[in-house]
Amino acid sequence: MSVIFDILAAVGLWEAVLRIATPLIFGTLGVLLCERVGVLNLGIEGIMTFGAMVGWLTVYSGGDLWTGMAAAALGGAAFGLLHAILTVPLGLSQHVTGLGITLFASSFAYYVFRLAVPVATSPPTVEPFRPLDVFGLADLPVVGPVLFGQTAPTYLALALVVVLAWVIYRTPLGLALRMAGENPHALDAQGVDPIRLRIWAIMAGSALMAMGGAFLTLAAFNSFFPTMVQGRGWICVALVVFASWRPGRALLGALLFAFFDAFQLRLQTVVDGVPYQLFLMAPYLLSILALIVMARRARVPQALMQPYRRGER
Amino acid sequence: MTRVLELRGITKRFGAVTANEDVSLHLDQGEIVALLGENGAGKTTLMSILFGHYTADAGTVRVDGAELPPGRSRAAIQAGVGMVHQHFALAPNLSVLDNIVTGTEPLWRPVSRRSAARAKLAGLMDRFGLTVDPDSLVADLSVGECQRVEILKALYNDARILILDEPTAVLTTQEAERLFATLREMTGQGLSLIFISHKLNEVMAAADRVVVLRGGRVVAERATEATSKDELAELMVGRRVERPRRPPATPGPVVLEARDLRLSGRGGASLNGVSFALRSGETLGIIGVSGNGQTTLAGLVSGLYAPDSGALLVKGREITRHAVPDAIAAGIGRIPEDRHAEGAIGDLSLWENAVLERIWSPEFSRRGLVRRRAARAATAEIIRGYDVRGAGVDSRIRLLSGGNMQKLILGRALSADPDILVAAQPSRGLDEGAIAAVHARLLEARARGAGVLLISEDLDEVLALSDRVRAIVGGRLSPAIPSDDADARRLGLMMAGDWAAAGEDAHAV
Repeated sequence: MSVIFDILAAVGLWEAVLRIATPLIFGTLGVLLCERVGVLNLGIEGIMTFGAMVGWLTVYSGGDLWTGMAAAALGGAAFGLLHAILTVPLGLSQHVTGLGITLFASSFAYYVFRLAVPVATSPPTVEPFRPLDVFGLADLPVVGPVLFGQTAPTYLALALVVVLAWVIYRTPLGLALRMAGENPHALDAQGVDPIRLRIWAIMAGSALMAMGGAFLTLAAFNSFFPTMVQGRGWICVALVVFASWRPGRALLGALLFAFFDAFQLRLQTVVDGVPYQLFLMAPYLLSILALIVMARRARVPQALMQPYRRGER
Repeated sequence: MTRVLELRGITKRFGAVTANEDVSLHLDQGEIVALLGENGAGKTTLMSILFGHYTADAGTVRVDGAELPPGRSRAAIQAGVGMVHQHFALAPNLSVLDNIVTGTEPLWRPVSRRSAARAKLAGLMDRFGLTVDPDSLVADLSVGECQRVEILKALYNDARILILDEPTAVLTTQEAERLFATLREMTGQGLSLIFISHKLNEVMAAADRVVVLRGGRVVAERATEATSKDELAELMVGRRVERPRRPPATPGPVVLEARDLRLSGRGGASLNGVSFALRSGETLGIIGVSGNGQTTLAGLVSGLYAPDSGALLVKGREITRHAVPDAIAAGIGRIPEDRHAEGAIGDLSLWENAVLERIWSPEFSRRGLVRRRAARAATAEIIRGYDVRGAGVDSRIRLLSGGNMQKLILGRALSADPDILVAAQPSRGLDEGAIAAVHARLLEARARGAGVLLISEDLDEVLALSDRVRAIVGGRLSPAIPSDDADARRLGLMMAGDWAAAGEDAHAV
């Protein structure tokens, strides 16, 4: 027990939580936005990989870090547009299209990476986002590094949670977004075009996913390798269900998962005689458990995965 | 009077099908016009064109003399046209207020102005007597309340012309009467209304003028005072339609008996002690305001639920296992209340739907394999015998109109020659021609010796088909009265739960 206590008492653990959570927050908000308008986007895993590559490549070829984030967002939006065209006006299966986009975007990312860096024994690195010193409070004991010493994209992700929650619950646009995911016929009958709204929302959501990917290369690992997303996208899809499609709870879910992940990493190093793979499994198992508890009460957008065609019911 | 709306020469084709051909009609201020026609006569298409859901191939729509641009709902809304759809365009997960204000504000406004919206809505509710709690979720509302929300939605958009597509299709009789009172109130305040219907009673009761549509064309226009139900029926169908008459019953032994059935928690409203006996060769009608347990009762007899206590006896033998296959094996044929949700699987073919409930019988399967040829032949037999039109044995059943789907379901239930037939709302949403066909079949089953348990909210139907009538109120059944002694007043008292008064009334007669 004292081992567990030691891990929990270490500042390093809590510092890691927000850092690990950041790409999940971006990704979860992205999935949430897509699903709120009624479209499942399983392209996330590939879009995150592509965003990671684009962000890295932009900075590697001389752009600054924020240009890298913006380029990743644009790249994500482009794949979002592709997904939107296939699933919204054409009404194709959202599962199949999403998985196809994941395969395509992942491979394409690696292809472009190999064109840019033909031979390299170890992946080239870039100078990443530095931890900030927000309000000069980063030197405070414990809370300083945990809350005020993160990198800028982490604060952007947290701000986006608030912005998205505001948009969804407080603005006419957000109401229209929700209606597009609940009953697009009703939205159309009120004179707002659900097709256009869905396309834009999917593009914006995919841009967020790609920014989550770019965080990995520009703030966490400093370099790109093709398997780096490692299922984070799928975790985001599950977290949205866990969150009942609410931005605030999505943040909570991302933090919870990040905590499990940070905790098991440290546990691996101090517990002997247990295969480390068991620890790796832990956050996923706990996520499944949390999902079982939460998802039973979740209120699913009624039109999720239902293509909208005018004049058809 | 001012002319507020005018449709001129509207023509609309879908491929080879002409839905509307040179249709012209107008609406004056303060008027209620009924658009009468059978299913498929082109009523809904016409109104969808007016509302900008479809673009007409020819013709113009004018509101207050100004032509509406085709295919734009927004333009229709801005011109003051509101549409209340038959299938409610509501989001059950959102609140009433959310549903109403969606799309009414500029999308890029940074904050939705909720308190102003709330005040405006409260004003409208007050003015027209349409009360709904703005904060409740639509999912928690009754059907009648959902419709009020739909109407409020149109009024919130400042509609002065309201179009209601089959507004009473899903309402109980009481709710429908209330709706028409509200509509009168609205015209009194200067609104003008068109409602689409195929029900002659309500057209005669509620409209000032009737426009009859048949095969996509206007075949007649009448002032309500200057016409009759019979004339309208003939105009609508194009020939004389008469509902079949009920010959005297020859009741045999009791085939179905319920003893103090109680059930709560499943199937909707609870049953609190239901007892009745049904004889072979007779029809027992169960009337009642929806939500008093009729759906639960139908489900229980059909084998969907087991009772908490009490017994159900088929031909004197108690049913011990309450499951659908056992109900079918016991000789219970079923016409479910919601044919689309429970009666048929839309994407399966007619033959699959026709044999599904008896797929394990040796007639339709052998050693785990489906005998397709036998199944198709049996289905073809039903299609022929029950005059199912519009699709073949292998077509998906969703292609059938409601009436034809119901005929297939009837055929499915009756081809097994059941001793008992449970028919829940058998003619709901059907047009005159189909109703007559369904009624004829139910009478035929009774003549063949089946006991028919008819659960219906349509009093005319119950009186036409039943030998005895009971009302279901709060999960209990009233004493039975012979339907020949029943009149609207007595049935009303029975449905209100005033069984003593209904009984006294009988003695007075």
